[in-house]
Amino acid sequence: MTTPAPVSPVLSARSLGYGYTGRAIGRNVTLDVAAGEVVCLLGPNGSGKTTLFKTLLGLLPAQEGDVFVDGNPLASLSRQQLARRIAYVPQAHAAQFPYRVLDMVVMGRTAHLGLFAAPAEADRIRAHAALSSLGIAELADQPYTRISGGQRQLALIARALAQDAPVIVMDEPTASLDFGNQVVVLREVKRLAARGLAVVLSTHDPDHAFAIANRVLLLHDGGLIAQGSPHDVLTPSRLRAVYGVDVSIEKLAEGATICTPDYGT
Amino acid sequence: MVEGTTTHDEKSAVSIAVRRRASALEGRSPRIIAGLAVLLVGMMLAATAIGKYPLSVGDILATLWGAMTGSASGEQSDTVLLSIRLPRVLAAVLVGAALAAAGAAYQGLFRNPLVSPDILGVSSGAGLGAVLGIFLSLSVVGIQLLAFAGGLATVGLVYVIGNLVRNREPVLVLVLAGVVVGSLAGAAISLLKILADPYDQLPAIVFWLLGSLSSTRGAEVWSAAPLVLAGLVPLVLLRWRINVLSLGDEEARALGVEAGRLRLIVIAAATLMTASVVAVAGVVGWIGLVIPHLARMLVGPNFNRLLPASLLMGGAYMLLIDTLARTVAAIEVPLGVLTAIIGAPFFLWLLARGEDGWS
Repeated sequence: MTTPAPVSPVLSARSLGYGYTGRAIGRNVTLDVAAGEVVCLLGPNGSGKTTLFKTLLGLLPAQEGDVFVDGNPLASLSRQQLARRIAYVPQAHAAQFPYRVLDMVVMGRTAHLGLFAAPAEADRIRAHAALSSLGIAELADQPYTRISGGQRQLALIARALAQDAPVIVMDEPTASLDFGNQVVVLREVKRLAARGLAVVLSTHDPDHAFAIANRVLLLHDGGLIAQGSPHDVLTPSRLRAVYGVDVSIEKLAEGATICTPDYGT
Repeated sequence: MVEGTTTHDEKSAVSIAVRRRASALEGRSPRIIAGLAVLLVGMMLAATAIGKYPLSVGDILATLWGAMTGSASGEQSDTVLLSIRLPRVLAAVLVGAALAAAGAAYQGLFRNPLVSPDILGVSSGAGLGAVLGIFLSLSVVGIQLLAFAGGLATVGLVYVIGNLVRNREPVLVLVLAGVVVGSLAGAAISLLKILADPYDQLPAIVFWLLGSLSSTRGAEVWSAAPLVLAGLVPLVLLRWRINVLSLGDEEARALGVEAGRLRLIVIAAATLMTASVVAVAGVVGWIGLVIPHLARMLVGPNFNRLLPASLLMGGAYMLLIDTLARTVAAIEVPLGVLTAIIGAPFFLWLLARGEDGWS
């Protein structure tokens, strides 16, 4: 097999400009995400990762260019049609009301329910399975307001899983997690991609990109400055240009690649 | 693929676990709601019996039976029951249930448990309408129509302002517009109070603004009940989506909910309920704020269960207040005074308790 079969992207952007009216944050972003792919977005604080995600999800209007979901222009899809195709994991937040964790996760089923329907047994089973796959089934009855920030993040990921969408967009899913839970989440991301889902996530840790990403997008100064395989994109010179720190990138004998910053002497 | 697929056995194991959990946890809420319903019916019977002209439960049942079979005896007890006591009891339940349900909807909508049904100015608008009606010496029906129209118009104005202001968090703009328009209506009420006849109109205005069911007859109940029902139906139908909306606009939209449209429907429904009962009873504070809180403590925040619990508890609480209002003193005590005396300390206790959860 010399040329891979062309895979139609499940999510793509063409010359996308994002930001708010009168305040552009980034422009000229072109990307394609295919099924089974893990795409990792890196960029410094304030580079607009969250804003880009919200524009891809149709939560903010595109300032220029277009977003396509399954080949359809974003604007042609209703919120329900979109939610069946893309699930969103926001950064963990505090809830106003003490919903049970299971109720919170069942809310991921909303796009599959009729307008006047409430979730049924099958939806609760799906939500429970999502909690189990992340190892937090025992939290199901806890109020969402009483669990830790890391557990909330896992619950929000479970909610996205319950949404059964072919694309999951995660905004810094590991940001508030301890070391062990970071690994749990990254493993789950790999597993989802192996099942054929497309996962787009942002992270601050180049090691995470090396560990799970098929493709890395590097965001800096209002645009994508590089995209490609982690090894091609995350070079010491680019990381210095973007983050202003010197790093060395080493391939370990076991096959993993790690990025070690220079902490000074 | 191996890791990702769940076998049939795993699925049924999960199913059994979920069912057991669900029966342990959610099994309690229907029982609580049924208990509240029984309590409300008992309180309605008691409230019908209590009063300056006491009626026995036997009298009540006999009269009701007579009225249903068309063989009313025409005795004084029949008149007291059918044209005074019963309409008032029904009105109290209707007013309390509507205010509490609207409060529960608004608290979810504005993602704030400290919000009450008059957050968007419906009470001050209705107050202005009623005060204007009293000032113009309109009939009781005219006053109620003006109150109803004033409440709807105020919230409509607030909503239009909220839509005109762009580039801001829409919920915050709505609340601030509600505060501003509400205080404008308050200023107009004050002006009318100054201009009103101090011996005839002013006491009527003050009494109306504090809320009362003393002049409520069957006609008012029958005119308000369909409107309350018309507001309640969308809340029942959209009960699950109201939960999702309480996560905030962005999350709700990402989960597949048309947040802007849903918010408009919920505001319209809750405003209709509030305006129609304010037109009957005047401004009765605290119920829409305190009762949803209490209901949440009993059955949790899920609107599927919060709505019926709020309806029942709101009806029971208002019935208790109104029965006190007509029995504790020789004169009628305004409802707003009693709800504040009971509601304010209770709410402080809730705050001091600092509990957000239910267990």
